[in-house]
Amino acid sequence: MTATERTATGPAAATDEGGRIEAAAREIAAAGPSAADPARDPVNQAMINNWVEAIGDTNPVYTDPDAAAASVHGELVAPPAMAQVWTMRGLHGVRPADDPLRRMTDLLDEAGYTSVVATDSAQTYHRYLRPGEHVAASAVLDDVVGPKRTALGEGWFVTTRTTWYVGDEPVAEMTFRILKFRPPEAETAPGGPDGNAASEGRATTGGKGDDGAGRGEAAAATVLRPVVTRDNAFFWEGLRVGELRIQRWGGTLRHPPGPMAPDGDLDAEPDYIVAAGTGTVYSFVVHHHPPVPGKRLPFVLALVELDEGVRVLGELHGADPGGVHIGLPVEASFDRIDDDLTLPAWKVRS
Amino acid sequence: MTGGTRRDGAGIGGAAAIAGIGATEFSKDSGRTELRLASECVSAALADAGLSASDVDGLVTFTMDGNAEIALARELGIPELTFFSRVHYGGGAAAATVQQAAMAVATGAADVVVAYRAFNERSGNRFGQVSSAVAQQVNTSGVDNGYHYPAGLATPAATVAMVARRYLHEYGASSEDFGRIAVTVRKHAATNPHAWFHGKPITLADHQASTWVAEPLHLLDCCQESDGGVALVVTSAERARDLRRPPAVIAGAAQGSGPDQYIMTSYYRDDLAALPEMGVVGGQLWRQSGRTTSDVDVAVLYDHFTPYVLMQLEELGFCGRGEAKDFVADGRLELDGQLPLNPHGGQLGEAYIHGMNGIAEAVRQLRGTAANQVAGAETVLVTAGTGVPTSGLVLTAP
Repeated sequence: MTATERTATGPAAATDEGGRIEAAAREIAAAGPSAADPARDPVNQAMINNWVEAIGDTNPVYTDPDAAAASVHGELVAPPAMAQVWTMRGLHGVRPADDPLRRMTDLLDEAGYTSVVATDSAQTYHRYLRPGEHVAASAVLDDVVGPKRTALGEGWFVTTRTTWYVGDEPVAEMTFRILKFRPPEAETAPGGPDGNAASEGRATTGGKGDDGAGRGEAAAATVLRPVVTRDNAFFWEGLRVGELRIQRWGGTLRHPPGPMAPDGDLDAEPDYIVAAGTGTVYSFVVHHHPPVPGKRLPFVLALVELDEGVRVLGELHGADPGGVHIGLPVEASFDRIDDDLTLPAWKVRS
Repeated sequence: MTGGTRRDGAGIGGAAAIAGIGATEFSKDSGRTELRLASECVSAALADAGLSASDVDGLVTFTMDGNAEIALARELGIPELTFFSRVHYGGGAAAATVQQAAMAVATGAADVVVAYRAFNERSGNRFGQVSSAVAQQVNTSGVDNGYHYPAGLATPAATVAMVARRYLHEYGASSEDFGRIAVTVRKHAATNPHAWFHGKPITLADHQASTWVAEPLHLLDCCQESDGGVALVVTSAERARDLRRPPAVIAGAAQGSGPDQYIMTSYYRDDLAALPEMGVVGGQLWRQSGRTTSDVDVAVLYDHFTPYVLMQLEELGFCGRGEAKDFVADGRLELDGQLPLNPHGGQLGEAYIHGMNGIAEAVRQLRGTAANQVAGAETVLVTAGTGVPTSGLVLTAP
């Protein structure tokens, strides 16, 4: 039953979907370059000063008017590598509807390739820019290749070519390639023996390196987030550093945590223990329907009774759903979603 | 049973009655607003009772209902309200709306109170889908949900499946035992012209072959999704006797919440495979009404998911813990059995109106006007949503 279900969402479905993605990619490529999208601000000295400081570039032609005047430029210029900086959209920016990277990203998100990693980019600079010039960027879809099996999971390589203009004059170009991939099951990821966050391979990666695609961590963006309060912040903070913390009131453990001691003592203060992370499955669910943000169907959810005696719920990774049973020994695992959120999870104890 | 004697609620027993019932059609796409549905079902219930909008001075609904009491009052021309109230915890509110109405009538806070529930639960906001609004509400329930929703336990079916799995494990029950509930209730729906699944009974093989939703729950363990509305008119038993329909006397009405209670995820109490909150309700109902399980002629048990029907039978005292699979196996729940279950077809078969259609069915059984009438029905038990703090009623013939 389980094997059949998996096939339905796996390779068998892939052929039609692959054709559909390729056809859509051809259409996006045929649409040609997007309308030139102007930078938020003109090339400006303040941004240059910050950028060279962060990068560690001490060349005075970017910051010292006298040195610049004495150079071949004759005046202050901007670092050519800042070309992309000028058209970044800021924290809340959204790519225009005709942007080919946005269109491909949406398409692949819908097809389940929700994670992204930037693979490489190459830039060509036609000339230096000067403060006061106002650039605009236009992009075209260059190439889409897939589906490919990669270490991160099955995915599609998407290459775009961006040209920056001042007026009608091209001043810089870039080819930029990302891998949009389906987040893998934990068993296929390079899992570490200690189950720590970095080795779990569940979290999406690459958001930081992504050309400001503006929607990098797709799965992280859609996952439901817990409500964190003063009563439970220690629990969520613990998960971020790979600790499964259980609230303790004197000698009594309590999960989920709360603000009151079990005996009602208003003067009591709770602390917590770090659970050993070992326990057994007390009950479990194999979820098939409907889709859940950030999850690939089907998946197993286990209510685990820890050796310390309290129950904690999380996804159980690396187990064939048909082989899960009540009493199955498991150990804690940590699903890192992003810098802010890590979820408790389980893996089968060997 | 759970609960102390001080909670006998004797002041409610018999003081009020349901004097009118009304409903819209049950569909998958009503084509109109929830406020329109609410207005229609309340109008129908008032007409059934032989009352008019100007007689109404109280309105009660669920916290989940999208229709404010005042909006409904405006539409219907109800001039003044002296009592308005909402009951929390999803479908667990159903019978409690009638309890609120009965208490208002018994204390004189109002004379005629209408309990209503109307929604486009199929064509609009579908409860079976993952809701980020539910997961991330900024209150204690949102905090509770943080231990479940982000991990992926994010639908009602999945939350029930966790308890159902443990129930199977502890008592040696099987998916087929769940299936027998679905088969029985769908059989009843098949002969109810108002049921969505009228004329569409299922077999146990159909149940077993239906797709998994959240193992161990098959699709046919889960109730349908519906658009529609149901309203119930409550007034004093004395006044009800003078109205155009025979009253359904509210002999017992109770709410219940159990130890270490959560909404659908009471996973941290000692006994996971139980519904102690329904035990709290049952104990009160029997004390208030002076009835016992053997007096019940018809059981309208909330059937959003089949495992909780079995567990309710145990909590209410019809059989011992873990014995429901044997209790239901010999046709006992059929229309001609010892305890006819959901003659209207329940929420699995008639419609999912958050339990309110079950209360209307109980009234019809007592009046003798049901599509699948149980002969001589004089005492009907009705329960509300399970897995949440819940409620129940014992309704009796006058």
